[in-house]
Parts: sequence; C-alpha cells; structure tokens
Amino acid sequence: MNANAPGAPLLEIVDLARHFPVRDAFGRRTGWIRAVDGVSLAVDAGETVGLVGESGCGKSTLGKTVMGIHAPTAGDIRFAGREIGRLPPRERRAIARHLQYVYQDPGASLDPRWKVLHLLHEPLKIHTRLSRGEREQQVRAILAAVGLPDAHLDLYPHELSGGQQRRVGLARILTLRPRMVILDEPTSGLDVSVQASVLKLFRGLQETFALTYVFISHDLAVVRAMCARIAVMYLGKLVEVGDTAAVFEEPRHPYTRSLLAAVPRIGGRRVTLDFALEGEPPNPRDVPSGCRFRTRCPLVQDVCAAEEPPLRDVDGRRVACHFA
Amino acid sequence: MTELLSVRGLRVDFVTDGGVAQVLDGINVDVAAGEVVGLVGESGCGKTTLARAILGVLPAGAARVRGGEVRFKGDDLLRQDPAVVNARVRGRAITFIPQDPSTSFSPVFPVKTQIMDLMKWKSPRAADGGPGWPLRRYPRERYRADREAVLETLRAVQIPEPARALRRLPHEFSGGQRQRLMIAMALLPQPALIIADEPTTSLDVTIQAQILRLLRELVKARGVSVLFTTHDLGTAHEICDRVVVMYAGQEMEAAPAEAFFARPAHPYTRRLLASVLGPGGELRDIPGDVPSLVGPPPGCRFHPRCDEATAECRRDRPARRTLAPGHDVRCYHPVEGPIGS
Repeated sequence: MNANAPGAPLLEIVDLARHFPVRDAFGRRTGWIRAVDGVSLAVDAGETVGLVGESGCGKSTLGKTVMGIHAPTAGDIRFAGREIGRLPPRERRAIARHLQYVYQDPGASLDPRWKVLHLLHEPLKIHTRLSRGEREQQVRAILAAVGLPDAHLDLYPHELSGGQQRRVGLARILTLRPRMVILDEPTSGLDVSVQASVLKLFRGLQETFALTYVFISHDLAVVRAMCARIAVMYLGKLVEVGDTAAVFEEPRHPYTRSLLAAVPRIGGRRVTLDFALEGEPPNPRDVPSGCRFRTRCPLVQDVCAAEEPPLRDVDGRRVACHFA
Repeated sequence: MTELLSVRGLRVDFVTDGGVAQVLDGINVDVAAGEVVGLVGESGCGKTTLARAILGVLPAGAARVRGGEVRFKGDDLLRQDPAVVNARVRGRAITFIPQDPSTSFSPVFPVKTQIMDLMKWKSPRAADGGPGWPLRRYPRERYRADREAVLETLRAVQIPEPARALRRLPHEFSGGQRQRLMIAMALLPQPALIIADEPTTSLDVTIQAQILRLLRELVKARGVSVLFTTHDLGTAHEICDRVVVMYAGQEMEAAPAEAFFARPAHPYTRRLLASVLGPGGELRDIPGDVPSLVGPPPGCRFHPRCDEATAECRRDRPARRTLAPGHDVRCYHPVEGPIGS
C-alpha cells in the first residue's frame, strides 16, 4: 500500500452515515434507525483516539462501518489517502490487512473448536503467501509479543482466561502487521487488576508495531489513560472532540459534562449525590429535532429544538452546542 | 449496632470435572441493621456463591456446604427447616436484585402478571405459605391492597405512569427501567435485607449513577440492609457504608468505607485499589494469576502473589486482627498508611 501524503491523516471520515431500516412483521419499512448520522473525524498515524459514548450511541456501528462490515449510507472513509467505503470486495479485502478490528467479546470471536495454533495460522493463510515454516515462525513470535507461552498453542479458547483470550484475539490481528487497529470495548468484562496488564500490552504493542488505535469504549477512566484525543458520541453524532486532558479538565458540551460527572471516583464525596442528569437517551428511531441532547439537557433553550448545532471550533476543540 | 446477618466460617465446595473446588473457605461477613455492605472482589472470588448460599439457592447437584453458619436474626438458616426458610425468609425477609434484569423477567408475560405473582406469595400481607390451600386463589381484598402498594413502589423507583407501565411487556422497558422494576420487586415484600448481585454492571454510567443514588435513598429511608456485591471499587465507594474484600474464597479485609479507601491494610486490598485507573493514567496490575480453587494454595490464598508473604502465610490462614473499631484484617503483615506511601 502506498504511503499517504506527509501530514495527511491516516484515516479520515467525512460526513459518514449508516442508517438501518426498521421493518414491521410484513417486511415493510416503517422507519430508520440513524445509528451513525454525519460523523467527521480524522485520525493521524501513530495516535490513539478514544471514541466514547453510552450503549446505543452508534460507536460500534461507526467502527464497523469504517472496517467495511457495514456499507456506509452516505459519506466518505479515506484510509491512507484512498476512498475505501465503496471499493469492490476484492480490493476492499486487500485493505483489511492494514485496517483491523478487535471484537468486544474475545470468547465469541474465537472458534471454540480450533486450537490457538490453528487460530493464529488462519489470518496468515488468508492474507499472505508464506510457507508453513515461515508461518510457524511468525506465530511463535507474535505469541511471545502478546505475552503468552508456547504451551498455549495447544489449548482451546475455553481453556483460556478472559485476559488470555483477548491476547489471542490481538495476536491474530497483529500477525498481519496492520497500520491501524480498531479496538471495540477492549477491556469490558475484565477485572481491574487484569485490565491494567491488558492496557500495558496495548501500549507496548503500539510502540513495537507502530500502530494507530481507535479505542471504542464506554469506560472513561480507560480512555483517559490510553488516548491522547477523545471523541464523545451521542445518538449517532459527535458532540465534542478534543485533547483528552483538556476535555476531562473542562468539558464544554453539557452531555460530556454529565458523562464525566457520573463516573464513580474513589475517595472524597460521592459523585452520585450531585449527579443531576435525568432520564435516558431517546429512542434512536425517533430522534429529537434540533440538538439531540436537548430532551435531557440542563441548559436547553428554544433555539435547541429549532436548530441543530454544528460541530464548531471552540478553543482548539470541536463542540456541537449553541452555548459552548 | 446489632448484626442482622452474620455469616461465620462458611465453607462451600463445588464438585467439578477437575476435582473439588473449595469456592468458599471459611468466610465471615456481618451486616448490621440498616447498613449497606459492599462485597468486593474479582470475578471468581466467590461473591455470587456467597450471595446464593445466604439465599439458600446454591445449585443442588454441584454445591456442597461443608461447614459454618448463616445467622439471620439469630437463626442459622442452614440448619432451619427448609420449608420455614422458604415461607418466611427467602423472598420475604431477604430479597434479591439480580445482575441482569433482562433475563430475570419472563419475556412473554406483562410486568403486572409477574409482579402480582410475586405479591400473591411474598406480599407482607400474605400468610406464611401464601394463599390458603386448596384454593390458592388470590384473596380479592388483599389483591387490591397489594396493587396499591405496587403502584406506590413503582412511583418510588420513578417509573413514569405506573398503571400503564404494568400492562407492558419487559422488552418495552430500557435496561435502566427494568432494573428499577427489579428494585421495586425487591422492596415490595418489605424485607430486612436485600442481596444485590452487581445490579449496575450492565448499565451505562449515567444510568448507573441514577440507580445507585435511588437505591441508596430508598433503603436508607426504609431502614433496609443491603449486601451489595460488585467488582467495581468506584461503585462500592458510591453506595456502601462498609466494604468487605474477598479473594479466592477468603475474606481479606472488612472496614468502614471511609477507612477502607483511605487506609487499606491488607496487601491485596492495596494492590486492588492501586490498580484502579487514576487521572494520571499509571497502569499497575497485580502480577500473577488468581489461583485455581481446586487444590488452592494453603494458608492465606493471596500469598503466592504477595510481596509481604513469609513462611507463616504459607502455613496457616491468618486470624482476624482488629486494627480499629469495625476495621478487621486477616493478614500477618498488615500495612499502615495511605496507598503509595
């Protein structure tokens, strides 16, 4: 694959949308779920961008659309300077080597009837023309890189712990030497003590293999520890994008503010005592007019229902709020 | 404070294909009246087994209670007549909030059917054993009174339009609303103790914050005790008066919440708290793995991963040592001072 122009982002998403039809019992379309609805985001080579939001906000759909699992409804996906959203399947597959996706549930994404050895050989068989011996060498090298002993090659996925399954899932991907990895909830279901070692591994591998990460997570503490930049999503739209430290220091969008205020902190006053956000996110089939957060927003005014706030630049970050 | 629930030296084994797993190894936990106690530990440490043992709903084929007692209001539930426990305690004096509210409702009946079915047997107005044999009919006056109580409790857990909500099916509610319904069902029998098994794990943070606050307000207003299991120390901080830490089937430390987070004494507790991500983003894991419960390490089960471990740790389980009123630690080498010192 050609190197992209210097300074250009590795991944550039422009006004990307992915809508899913809602059908009734007779297969007639009764509406649309606008899971991703006009998202623009650029990711530079070597950086880690966090994509946060609550369940149903469209963050996984965004990741899967970039990955080519869903076809985009509208908008462009440029990877290394090339439009990849509408490539024919054969050409799209060639991109897959460089752009990989780590699934949320490592147990479910590993074939239960295959040993780890077989699981690690598979991507090399599909994407490379290496001989058996060369593959064997690569498999052992990658297994060591993710911190698993050779003895694990003979185990089935159910014999591994959650943290180890995640390591195998990563090894499968890294053996292809991708440039960008989309990590979908990579720490959900892990205990804190294991989580720290998995995150350490992500950091180490990023250095070793010069990876670019898109880190999809609902866990704000994890995103804060891992990502230099953060994009906050609500109901299919980005509401705030900026440097992680700055966003955590002073969130500008009222949704970001509520989200950060809800995270339990150890020591000091209980955060739930001061937590003010009422209600739940509205149904994505029926999104509110104007600003999508207005139904729960403490700052809501008439203009919020009438006009959708664009994502505009405010002090070096982008915020979609009339009052930011 | 008087102890409402007092678990003493409880041992539970599970028979597995790999051998006998000693899942609970002489656990001691106390819950005082009106107190919210957090039971904290990593997955596989035995928190759910302990919760089920207290409720008396361990899987009959696999689990074996080898010793100890579960004293509730002075009576040992393990040795009482199971029929009496079923009629008076389980679902009445002790109720349960599950981790996953979506699989705890039947998908095919409206919420009303399911809540009124609970009330038929477990309402505070029901006699022991529920509606009288042989009719097993729901007495009409009691039904009306119970229905009022249900509506009032649904209002208390902030379900909008309770009367209409009752006619809906479980899938028509969001995850947060379903958990509110579960909390209502746990409160309706007017229990003395609620066992909540990771009730906010499947919820988003903003919903979790709402639910934690609601639950704490409701139980404090009604004087109900809660045993709240969680793997998330932040959640424990939000809701608990006292925290008990478990590791591999043994309790390691029990302390009032304030002391627990400020001055943890057990090396495991300190490691666990240090592994929580702080704003600085330092990553500190606990080296090593949780031991297998089939043939676990002798003595203190944390000793293979502990920096402080000595010969006596490998030999005998440390006795309970009281550092301050209410702050007990089971360690030969408790550490003083705040974390990081």
